[in-house]
Formats: sequence, C-alpha cells, structure tokens
Amino acid sequence: MKYWKGIEELESTPEFMQSAFAEFMPVKESHESKDATSAPRRDFLKLMGFGVAAATLASCETPVRKAIPYLNKPEEIDPTISNFYASTYFTGADYNAVLVKSREGRPIKLEGNPESPITQGGLSARAQAAVLSLYDGGRLQHFAIKKGSTHEKAEFAAFDSEVRGKLAGAGRIAIVSPTIISPSTKRAIAEFASRYPNTTHVMYDTQSVTGLLQANNGVVPGYDFGRANVIVSLGADFLGTWISPVEYARQYVRNRKVRNDKRSMSRHYQFETAMTLTGSNADIRVPVKPSEMGAVALALYNAVVGGGESSYSNAKLTQAANDLKASRGTGLVVSGSNDPAVQTLVAAINQALGNVGTTVDLNAPSYVRQGDDARMTALVNDMNNGSVGAVIFYNANPVFNHPLGAKVKSGIAKVPVTISLNDRLDETGILCQYAAPDSHWLESWNDFEPKRGFLSLSQPVITPLFQTRQAQESLLHWAGNNTTYYKYLRATWRALTPNDAAWDKVVHDGVATGTALPAAPAMMTAALSPAAAISQINSAPKANGNAVELALYEKVGIGAGGCEANNPFLQELPDPVSKATWGNYVAIPRAMAVANKWEQNDVVKVTGNGYSIELPVLIQPGQTNGTVSIALGYGRTLAGKAGDQVGANAAPFAMATANGIMYNNVVTLTKTDATSPIAQTQTHHTLMDRKPVVQENSLAAYIKNPKEVTEYEKIATPDGLEKPNKVSLWQDYQYNNHHWGMAVDLNSCIGCGSCVIGCQTENNIAVVGKQQVINRREMHWMRIDRYYSSKAHKTDFEEKGKVSTYAAMEDPSENPQVIFQPMMCQQCNHAPCETVCPVLATTHSSEGINQMTYNRCIGTRYCANNCPYKVRRFNWFSYYSNEKFETVNGHMFTDLGRMVLNPDVTVRARGVMEKCTFCVQRIQLGKLEAKKQKRRPVDGEIVTACAQSCPTEAIVFGDMRDPNSRISQLLRREDGERAFHALDSINVQPNVTYLTKIRNAESEFFGKEENA
Amino acid sequence: MQHVSALREPLVTGGKTLHDVTQDICYQVEAKPNLRWMAALSVALFFLGVFFYSVYRTVWYGIGEWGLNKTVNWAWDITNFVWWVGIGHAGTLISAVLLLFRQKWRSSINRAAEAMTIFAVICAAMFPVLHMGRPWLAFYVFPLQNTLGSLWANFNSPLLWDVFAISTYFTVSLVFWYIGLIPDFASIRDRAKGPIARFSYSMLSFGWKGSAKAWSRYETVSLILAGVSTPLVLSVHTIVSMDFATSVVPGWHTTIFPPYFVAGAIFSGFAMVLTLMLITRVVFRLEDYITLEHIALMNKIMMVTGSIVGVAYITEFFIAWYSQVEFEQYAFINRATGPYWWAYASMMTCNVITPQLVWLRRVRYSIPLTFILSIIVNIGMWFERFVIIVTSLHRDYLPSSWAMFSPSIIDIGLYVGTLGLFFTLFLLFAKFFPVINMAEVKTILKYTVDNGPTYNPAKAVHHAPAHPAAPGVPASAPVTYTKHD
Repeated sequence: MKYWKGIEELESTPEFMQSAFAEFMPVKESHESKDATSAPRRDFLKLMGFGVAAATLASCETPVRKAIPYLNKPEEIDPTISNFYASTYFTGADYNAVLVKSREGRPIKLEGNPESPITQGGLSARAQAAVLSLYDGGRLQHFAIKKGSTHEKAEFAAFDSEVRGKLAGAGRIAIVSPTIISPSTKRAIAEFASRYPNTTHVMYDTQSVTGLLQANNGVVPGYDFGRANVIVSLGADFLGTWISPVEYARQYVRNRKVRNDKRSMSRHYQFETAMTLTGSNADIRVPVKPSEMGAVALALYNAVVGGGESSYSNAKLTQAANDLKASRGTGLVVSGSNDPAVQTLVAAINQALGNVGTTVDLNAPSYVRQGDDARMTALVNDMNNGSVGAVIFYNANPVFNHPLGAKVKSGIAKVPVTISLNDRLDETGILCQYAAPDSHWLESWNDFEPKRGFLSLSQPVITPLFQTRQAQESLLHWAGNNTTYYKYLRATWRALTPNDAAWDKVVHDGVATGTALPAAPAMMTAALSPAAAISQINSAPKANGNAVELALYEKVGIGAGGCEANNPFLQELPDPVSKATWGNYVAIPRAMAVANKWEQNDVVKVTGNGYSIELPVLIQPGQTNGTVSIALGYGRTLAGKAGDQVGANAAPFAMATANGIMYNNVVTLTKTDATSPIAQTQTHHTLMDRKPVVQENSLAAYIKNPKEVTEYEKIATPDGLEKPNKVSLWQDYQYNNHHWGMAVDLNSCIGCGSCVIGCQTENNIAVVGKQQVINRREMHWMRIDRYYSSKAHKTDFEEKGKVSTYAAMEDPSENPQVIFQPMMCQQCNHAPCETVCPVLATTHSSEGINQMTYNRCIGTRYCANNCPYKVRRFNWFSYYSNEKFETVNGHMFTDLGRMVLNPDVTVRARGVMEKCTFCVQRIQLGKLEAKKQKRRPVDGEIVTACAQSCPTEAIVFGDMRDPNSRISQLLRREDGERAFHALDSINVQPNVTYLTKIRNAESEFFGKEENA
Repeated sequence: MQHVSALREPLVTGGKTLHDVTQDICYQVEAKPNLRWMAALSVALFFLGVFFYSVYRTVWYGIGEWGLNKTVNWAWDITNFVWWVGIGHAGTLISAVLLLFRQKWRSSINRAAEAMTIFAVICAAMFPVLHMGRPWLAFYVFPLQNTLGSLWANFNSPLLWDVFAISTYFTVSLVFWYIGLIPDFASIRDRAKGPIARFSYSMLSFGWKGSAKAWSRYETVSLILAGVSTPLVLSVHTIVSMDFATSVVPGWHTTIFPPYFVAGAIFSGFAMVLTLMLITRVVFRLEDYITLEHIALMNKIMMVTGSIVGVAYITEFFIAWYSQVEFEQYAFINRATGPYWWAYASMMTCNVITPQLVWLRRVRYSIPLTFILSIIVNIGMWFERFVIIVTSLHRDYLPSSWAMFSPSIIDIGLYVGTLGLFFTLFLLFAKFFPVINMAEVKTILKYTVDNGPTYNPAKAVHHAPAHPAAPGVPASAPVTYTKHD
C-alpha cells in the first residue's frame, strides 16, 4: 500500500522526478538576477539585517528571575499560606509575647499572642516594628576582628580560638548587658563565669529603675492597674514606656471601660514634668518640676500616712490623697523617679493604704528591670583605672546610651580585651577589638521570665540571614561548651517540661507557667527606711527657682537606649503627644517661649553637666513651667543609614549620683541663629470646639444618664428634627452577605500608636522621611489624632466676637486635657471619594468597604480633597525606587529588605492614591478559610491589623450583618448612648463608629453651656 | 450695504479703504519679523523652556515635586487650570455672543480674542493632565471601550464632565476660529510672493475662492458656530465650578458657584484680552482698528462682571452666616482672617475695588491705566481661584489635618511656563496669521461716500468737540478723532 503525497507524485512527471529527491528545490531565476553573484550579495544584506535585528532583540530580553521550587517541600510550608509561630520580643525594655507571621519562610509581621497572661494579645509599637529590624542592612553580617582602625571579617573557629586565648589571660572579665530575663542565658553566663572565675555580669537599664528596685528588695513589684480605683502616678509613664507598658495598659483600661451596667471607672492622677502618654490619659494632671518630685511624694506620704510638714501643697494632691484614703486597698501609687527616697515613700504609701496584696503584688514581681546603677558606675570606674582585663558588651551600647558614655569610651581604651556581641558595629562595638554579632531574636532560641511564674519562649523562624551566631552560643563556645544553644535551653527546661509533648506545647503556645530565673544579685545599696527617705528628701539641695530644669524622658517609639534607631518605622511613628517624628527636640512650656521670644523650630543650645547639644524647641502644652524635656535615644552616629544623625544624644545630661542615675538636671538654654524644622504629623493642636468630630463627657454625666453624654446632630426636615441619614439623595447599598464595621472606644484608646505600626507593617506602607513629613506627606493609613483642650470656647462668641474667639481657640491651655482619636478610612456608605473619581478607581464593595483599585487610579487626588476625614494618602514619589528615599525606606530597595513586605498587599506605584482598606486581604483570607470549611466566618476570626494588636482592645472589628457579632452587640448597646459617627451631619454614613470618651473629671473640651 | 450713523462714530478710524485694511493686516504677515517681536518671542521661548523643564521634573519624579500635601491636594495646578479656562471665555463671548447680538465692534478684536481662547485652553489643558499622578494613563478618563470588562468612566464625577466640557470647548473654538481665518488666509495666499508662503497659505486656506456661494456658506457656518458656542460660554465654567460645588468641602460646596464662576471667567477673560490688545495694537500699529472705543467698551464689560463677582463674594459670606453651619462659617472666617488673609485681601482689592475705577471716564480711556488695571484683574482672578482652592482645603473638617501650602519652585515654574507657552503661541499667531479679521473688518468700513449719511462728529457730540474735523468730510478721508462716550 502506498500513499502518494500529491498529484505530481501520482503522475510522476520527469520534471517532478528530477527534483523529487533533491534536498533543495532549484533556485528559480528571476529575470533580474541572472548574475549568480548578485543573489548572494542581497542575501548577505538580508541576513545581516536580520542578524542585527535578532541580536538587538535578544539583547533587549528582560533578565530571567528564577523562582526555584522546593525540591522537598517542608511539610508545614505552603506557598501563599502564612504560618504563625509563637515567640517573644524582649530587647531590654518592654516584654511582649508575639506570634510571628511567616510566609514562605520569611517572618513578615508580628502579632500579639493572646495566650500570654501578661500581654494578652497586645503588642507595643516597638514590638510591631521589630520585624523590620531583622532585615536591617545595618547589622554586622559576620564576625570581625579589629585590625588597625577597621574590623576585618573573621571565621568562627579562628575567632573563637583567638578570643578563648585572650580571655584565658585576661584576669577580671566583665559582661555588660541590659536586663536579662532569660533563665538559660543567665545559666550560660554562669557557665562562662565558672570557666573564667573572675567574671562579673553587670546589667544596666537605659531607663533605670534602681531606686524602685532598692525600695522593694531588688525586685519590681507586680502592679495591677486594673484593680485600682485610684491611680496616682508620680512621673511614671506606665502606659507609654515605664517597665511593662503593654501589660499595664491592658490592666489600666479594664477599669476605664464603661458601659450602661458599669458606670464606674478608676480616677487617675498624674504628677509629671513632661507631657507623657500617661499624663495625657490622666483624669487629673498636675505639672511638677523634677526637683519637686521628692516633695510631692513626701506631701502625699504625709497626707496619707499622716503627720509631718510638706513643702509642697496643691489642692489636687490633697484631693488625690483623700481619694486614696477613701479607697484603701484599691488604690495604687507608682513613681517613675529613680530616687530611692521617693520610691521608699511610694512603697510606704502603698503599704499604709493596704494596697500591697491587691494592686501591688510583691510575690509576682516583674523581672524586666534588674539594672543596678551603682554596679555599672563601679565598673566604669574600674575600666578606667585599668583593673578590668576584658569586657564583653552583650547588646549593650553604653558609649551611646549611658550617662557616663564618655568614661565608658575612655575605659574601653584601657581594657586589653574588648568584645562586642552587639548586632552591629555601634558606638560601643566600633571601639571593641572583637565583634561577634548576636543573631536577631527571630533567628534565635531563647526563653524569658518577665514575671515570676510566667515563662515564655522565642524560637527561630528563619535561619540566620548573616554569618552571625547567637550570643549565648558564643559565650558557651568560649567557655568550652560546644553544644548548641537549643540543646542548652532544652536542658534548662527539662525540669519544666519533662516530656516532649509538654515541650512541644510550650513551643506551640510560646508561653508557660513556672519559674526558672535565678535571683538577681542583691542591690549594692541597702534599702532606706521611710524616715531616712524623708530626711534625705528634706535635706536635698533646694533647686534654684529660676534655673531651667531638664527632664529626660523616653519616647514610645525609639527607646531610651536608641537600639531601635535604625528602624525607620519607629523613627516615623509620631510621638503620641507631640506628634513629632524623626528626632528629638527641646520641649518647652509656652510661657518660656513667650518670655524668651522663641518660636517653635528655633534651635537652642542646651548646656549642662559640662555637655551641650543643639536642638530645636517645640512648644509643648502641659510642660511644667521652668522645665524643658528632651528625649533619650536619639543622636546615634553608628546606628545605620536611617538612624544616624537623627536628633542629638541627651544621655550625658543625666546625673550619675550615688543614689543612681537621675534623669534630670539643671541646664542653661541659649538661642542660636539656626532653625531646624520639627517634622510633626499634626500642626494644629486644638479641637476648635468641633463636637461633631470627637466627643467626650464627664463620668458624673454618664452616671446621671448615659443617654445624654453624646450630642447627636439633627437636621431640620418637614417632619421636624431628624437624624442626618433620614434625608438622602442617594440610594443605599444593599449588603446581603457581610457588612464590615469597626468601633473605636475612645475611653479605651490610650493613643500609644501600636496600631499605626501594625497597619504599616501589614500594608507595606512606605516610610517617607523627615523632609516629607515636614511637607505633610506621611503615608500612614492609620493615624491617631490628638487634640488639646483650649481655654477659649464657642460660648465666648457673643462676648468676644467670632474672629477673636476662633483665633484664641487655636491655642491650647497651659495644662490641657488631651483626647486621642484613631483615624482611618471611615469606609463611608455614602463615600464622597467614590463619586468624584473620574475613572472609578475607588468604588464600594458589596460588603460596605470603600475599595481602591490601584491599577485604575490615575491620581487626580480629587478623592483626597473630598474626603472629610483626610485619610487618603497619595504616592507623591516612587517611594520604592526614587533614590531620595533609599535612606529611610531602604527595605523596599534591597532584596534583603523586601523580604519583610506582605506579599498579599501591593506596593503602590507613584501617582496612586492609597488608604486604609479594613485590611481587605485579611478579610478575604478569613472568608476563604471559612468557605473551605463550608461555614460562615466566625466572629473574631477576621480582624484588622490595628484591632489585632491593640493593647487595650479599643478597636472592635466585625461583621455588622451578624447580629451576634461583638460589634453588632456593642453598637446595639451603645446606640443612643456613646456611639457616634464623626461628622455625622454631612451624612457620609461611616462604617466606623466611635464611643464617646468618658473622663473621670470635669471636661474642659467644650464650653460650659454645652457640657450642661 | 451698510447704514452709517451720523451720530455713532466709525468702528475703524483713520479713513481706511478696503485696500488699506488688507495692506495693514497683511503687512505684519509678509514683512520681516521686527526686532520687538523677536525680543518678545525670545522671552516667551525662555519661559517655554522653563515650562518644559518643570514638566520634565513633574513627570519624571512625580507630583511630589510640587508643594502639595495630604491635606491640600490641589493648589497651583487647579488654580492655574481654572484661571486659564476663565481667560479663554472672553474670546468665545466676543466671537459668539457679540456676533449674535450684532455687536459690530467685535470684528477688529475677535480674531485675536479667539486665538487667545484657544491658547488659553491649551495652557489650561496642561494642568488636568500634568496634575495626574500617572498622566500616561490620562486616556482612562475617556469612555473608551474596555476589552477587559464593564469598567468605564464615572459619569458622576465632575472631573469627567470637565473632560467633555473642555474638549468640546476647545474643538468648537478651534473650528470657529479657523473658519474665520480661511478667507484671510486666501488673501495672504493671493498676495504671497515666496513659494513656501504660497504653498502654506494655500493649504491653510483650503482653496478658498471667494465665490458668492462660499461667502454665503461662510456666513451661515459662522452663525451656526456662534449659536453652538454661545451655550459654551455658560456651560464650560459652570462645569468647572462643579468640580468644587459638588464636593463636601466647606467653602467649595456652594450653589452660587456656576454663575459666579462664569462672571469671573468673563471678567478675567476681558482683562486678558485687554492686556493682549493693548500690546498688539502698539506692536503691530493697529491703533486704527483697535480703537480707544474698543478699550472703553471692554473696560465696561470688565467692570460689570467684576461687580457681579464682588456681589458673589459677599453672598457667600451671607450664606455662610445664614446657613448656621459651623464648618461653613469657619471656612469663610478663616478665608478672610486666617493664615491666608493676604490672598483674600489681594483678591478683594484686585477684583472688587480696583475695577470700580472704570466708572471714571479718564481711567477707561487711558491706555496705561487700562493696561495696569487689566494686569491687576488678572492677578486678582488668579488669587480668587487660589483662595477658593487652597484656603478651603487647608482647614476643612478635622483640625488634626489642617496644613499650610507653599509652592515649590516647580509649581512656580509650571505657572510662568504656561505663560511662556501662551505667549509663544500668541506671538507666532500674531506674526504668521492675520491678527484682525480682514474680511469682517471690511464689512464695517464706510466705503461708499455718497450712499448715506456720513458720520459727523460735530453733530454727534453734545458738548463742544475738541477736534478740528470739518463736517461732511468723507469717512474714507484721513480723519483724526478724539474720543468721547
């Protein structure tokens, strides 16, 4: 059987047969190209043309980025599915139990661990931002040995043998660290000390509480602000920075939340110098000078315990004392002073009031502060007199953050062997011979005991990014123990978790009960008796009334130690009170500015303690007259690209006295000719009596009638006054499935800014840097508006005229009340932004969310203009590729930094509008999870990033269509009582509801008549 | 045949003949560019360079090059946009509305005024495109067919209405202007000596023959286009005003905006026409065509519209008080007494107070004073838009977001850059196109001496005339007049 391929083959003509089996068909000669040479020439040109074109095309090809699949996929890692691992954040300041969200093996976000009995799912702003520090390019990426003036890379083995040799002949060895609450680390240090018997371990805290420790037998008592009905704080910023702010904030709001059936709340008195986050939440705040703090404590002591003369008298102090006496056993007095005399009196007051055992728990003390100033001072002196043979700095940077930094520096030069375990060549590390960078805590195993009886674990969620080694392992190696730290830690826990199942549970939960931390060494100075404390206070040199007193404080974002300085998230986190970012400043009271004719941003030279710095002034309402405040932790020089030269270092102003370090001093200020703008995210500070924006009322009014604490705007209709939403030109949307909503309890919100960073991490929000913040272009989707009360009110209109009253309303009171209002996209049901977009880039979802379609946005910014809440943020520049932003937004520029980005959220292009989406990616994830399991999403399963880690649970998020959801219940309960919408009368119908703030004092925000 | 009033003075002075008109107008096109023109063009080209540099910075780096912020998202960009669109209005008013009302005096200024409209709209159109974050996607605003689904433009958005308003306006104005140019291009073509000129102008004149039929059609088309353009005088700025009026921003959300904006547009447009005409008539020696009478008439229109605008300003304050809306009241108190009070004061002075000087005859017939006045009004109207846009936005609902705006160098560069663009176009137009509509001016000439009464200045004035013209002199003879009301 044969098939023919064509009619020619079938016919088999001679012409066909001639060419049938030839490889090439004969060239058909055209009438032009008879000449055989002409055809190849043209072909050559054609081929060459083609070749050039092809080569050009080929060279234009985009480089292939390889995505390499797992050869053997780890069992628990599925692409696009996040894993959560329990871990712990503690870098010497505040303790937070965290859940690490990991995507394809990269930690991308930290959330609060609800299992923790201490932080209960809350997370501080610093902890939120810590994940960015993991990918910090400023970290030292390998071990290094100083040769000449530079550090050269060294291999582990060579490094270890050299260090071991040096240590063996060093004589006295000192390990300097911040407070360590890890039982296993302490065991490792102990093992090191047993190998090198002449070893001392010195802990110092950058915000020292030595005085408190001394007054309480070397421990920080456990406090319970939730059980207290009267809280008196003598300068302790316990909601912001003092000891364990997340834990305290959680407790604090427990007795601050009110509802119809619980019309009571604690009363909070704050005596302080600078306006702190805590002071701005206080019901009654009294500004005092740092030099008066002893007298205030004494006066309170005298008023409560009885007897004695007090040089300080204040009606509000008397009131506080009376309140304390009236609620014996349910009061709480705390002090942020580091003066042992003050702390002794405070302890005595609590004792006298019977608060010990109720609000003060001496049996479950906190371990997060153990630093003894006297020990550190002694060590610094020893280093300088040459009696220290080797010093190891373990995550400690005393050259920068200790008041005796200059002496530490000169001391290091006299110590033969200097080793730094710090994660970078910082101010201290650069001076050390050996640098053995510690791994980041997200790369490490560790354990913690923040409070007696409460344990927690951290586990590595990524292999070390660099050639670093856990500090504990380094210490063990030098001690001759070559075990891994994991095995070492496991051994510590053997007693607590006898079997693997128990251990696995601890690793899973991240927290456990039990105690393992060895007792801290006794304080070098003995405790004082109250009588001795009183005489110490009375004999203290009286401060000159005209001298300017400086109070040093710690910011909520950048800690006193400045170790977060290279974290641009925290640098750009607005200070909760001043709303300043990127740097510190001299906070001065208005009176001082007026007297000296200084204006905000004028640079002054601050001189004191033989040290001087130049910083701009910021007029801070509430700052005590005759005092100024400067934040610690700024002015790093070797922190990294983002953190260097931001502000100035104020640590040397602190006084290292025999009683410990005093964070205050007397300084002189002289104005320079320079000005330096302070980057504030809010430049208008008063509410202008705008009740439709935010509301508050007094507890007395709430007790009387909860239905009258909120003023609801009504509009005139033919049928009389009605709610604004009764009249509408618009058709309402139908929400058949879900209707997402949020409620923010202004009574619970303390303004800490944790949500701001949570949102920033979750949603890949760009950091824009100081200049752009000055230009008012910060990108935060969520912000916390802070308003000060003013003396002027609308009630003055008739008397003083509108124009001058409005002008007066712009000035805050000298010691104003403060209200915080978290502000994010209100997801309006009648959204003004949606109608004005010419290209439908912002539209309404079927679940009530106002959604942004970045691809479609052409950037007319009309939506932002028309947003009454001004929550829309525009990408003025290409923040991920414009070299101007490489310093501050570096994590979007490098492969290393980009690992932190949330793959579920687009990095927005230049020229595109963006805003809060109610974390639509989390909503989508929750819905899909529920759908996979063929069920409805459960209430609480879907939460936004801000609500997830709010330390005070001020934000409730949920489905308003679900009648049993927490938000539905809350809104039903508070409807007509505290629930209100911001700017209700313009009828944009927000899906965010606020709950009126209730103040346990007379409210000064609105005029008297309106309060009535 | 035209009726010539014995009382009303002629619209073209100097006793021009038809040939004189052709000669005077074409001379500018045919002669070598004079030095003053070259100098002016160099300055304009320099600013055009500034414009291109500013555009480069804006498009390459982003809108961040401007001074805008999270609170004030529009400032100089939209101020300039509205200002330029407003300026364009006078041209349309002159060419369309005055044509329909048979205001013959318009003939000598309509060409230049229409050109001004077109160039002003070109300058205006720069801003809506440049102010976009992603101008390369500007075509999204057109209701183009979408292959990806049902995504279309948002017909609720005033910005979309703007797109239609401005594009319609530009198209109609361009067509109207060009139709008027055709007979004049033909005249130039017929006179042209060089081959390039002959070719170019014959292309531009679309082979105009000047037949009676062509003229008849020309007249008809002019009338139709005038009819089409007339609503545009009202609609364009009405729609532009809706960018603000339909929003929720206190100070923008105002129903008075459409008439207020239209009046303001005509106001600023006439100011700009005056500025340009006063220069052109001197540079191109067109004093006989653009007479003091023209200037006085335009001054009057400016004064009337300026007064309307003034009433609107006051009405806004009244409504703010009357409404009892807290935010609205504060917006206006802040406008007048807040940090931008100086902008408000400039606006009030320039737009409301200074135009009232036109009541004085001396001012309205004075060329230097009119010129200064026209500049002042241009400045005032720019401030009006700045006041509306920036002072409303910078302090709206939430005091936490209140912010100040200060322009960047690029903001300023774009603004003066569009002035450069405008004057470059206008100077090129003035050199290469006939700046006065020869064909129409010829129709208003008194050229048949015996065919009707002759204008007699002695009879026309009610008080003693100061000029020596003898009665009964033919209008075609060279006569000099001094002007009167």
